[in-house]
Amino acid sequence: MNMRITKHPILGDIEYDRKVKIYVDGQELEAIEGEMIASALLAAGIKTFRYTKKHHAPRGIFCGIGRCTDCVMTVNGMPNVRTCVTPVEEGMRVETQHGCGKWKEGAGDE
Amino acid sequence: MRVWDIVVVGGGPAGLCAAIEAAKNGARVLLIDENSRPGGQLFKQIHKFFGSAEHKAGVRGLEIGLQLLKETKELGMDVWLNSKVCGIYDDNVLWVVKDERKSFQVKGAAVILCTGAVENSISFEGWTLPGVMGAGAAQTMINVNRVLPGRKVLMVGSGNVGVIVSYQLLQAGAEVAAIVEAAPRLGAYGVHTAKVRRAGVPFYVSHTIVRAEGDGKVERAIIARVDERFKPVDGSEIAINVDTICLATGLTPLAELAWIAGCKFVFNRVLGGHVPWHDRYMATSKKGIYIAGDITGIEEASTAMEEGRLAGVSAAAAIGLIDTERLEKIAGEIWERLDALRCGPFGENRKIAKQQVMAGGDEQ
Repeated sequence: MNMRITKHPILGDIEYDRKVKIYVDGQELEAIEGEMIASALLAAGIKTFRYTKKHHAPRGIFCGIGRCTDCVMTVNGMPNVRTCVTPVEEGMRVETQHGCGKWKEGAGDE
Repeated sequence: MRVWDIVVVGGGPAGLCAAIEAAKNGARVLLIDENSRPGGQLFKQIHKFFGSAEHKAGVRGLEIGLQLLKETKELGMDVWLNSKVCGIYDDNVLWVVKDERKSFQVKGAAVILCTGAVENSISFEGWTLPGVMGAGAAQTMINVNRVLPGRKVLMVGSGNVGVIVSYQLLQAGAEVAAIVEAAPRLGAYGVHTAKVRRAGVPFYVSHTIVRAEGDGKVERAIIARVDERFKPVDGSEIAINVDTICLATGLTPLAELAWIAGCKFVFNRVLGGHVPWHDRYMATSKKGIYIAGDITGIEEASTAMEEGRLAGVSAAAAIGLIDTERLEKIAGEIWERLDALRCGPFGENRKIAKQQVMAGGDEQ
């Protein structure tokens, strides 16, 4: 499924030449350089970003501006990353988060 | 701790204008924004603005954003992106966390808070399902990220945000199945409403959403008629097959920093709730702290830009860069433009509300 808007009456048409590869739950996914993780996921038709701790209910993007934290996922081993305001990077590992997630040892270190 | 003449928090339309105006008048300015790019919500506003030529009427929001960024660059101010202001202490000292890992204290002889607003949501059965989102979130996705959040959308709320985002969803290639409005009449400027109506989108007034249904994601919305007390009427339910439900149910000012700073607040329903009190120079009750834009009450980008300019000039005057006579002249001109923007059936209410805030509030 491709949800990208390549033709637009106001913004014009667009062709992407700068792409990066990310891995979503182990699956390779092509993303556009500089776009937010949430955008890359929605473009591929992925709507569930995490499951809640108590009821295991699915959650996805809600506010889109980094306020509500509904779209958090585990990114490169670091849980609770707001995917709507975090840009993709080459080789990034994005995982559907369950509950509060688990911190992978060494994740987030410089 | 590093010190600037003026520190502006928030790089949306208000903050950019405040920073530009302060820098133009000789202030050393630091502009802080939590996002990776400044502009706030301007870049998702691809429609043309209202007002007269001096309000940049007829120019699209994203073009105004680009122009403001250009001016910011030319003036050579300091801009910190990916930086969150997490605290505010006495004497205008701010605690800033940069790139999620470095902590700083910065101080401004004056501080201008332009922190904007956040969308309201309403709760109903199934409202946490993936596919239910703020109208602004959908607008960010289609206009900034150029990605459709879904193919078929129900819009909840017929105010300006609801109809403008509906039209932009159509432009992006989505289908808008319906717009529901709990009030008995539509809420937006006629010109926006008419465009959506001409495109064939059905409006349901005196209707609300009662339920979102679907297996793990939105597959349909159940709407129902409401009585005069906004309670759903039994038996009036209609099922609409959609994969996305957008909530355009108003905004609330993001005023936490002003609250932490100890600014006096007033409550005003028209402006979106609790807002910091300010005078006609956008000064709060705390010495050296100024505000502009949606933090002062929900309005539009055009008014936010004017308030930003006013706050920038006032702050520059407060630190001695502009004399009183010149400040009065500029403030008078800006107020004329603000009054011109706050007219008509929608603007007049905001004008009165603003006067109430400056007078100390309308409700206790």
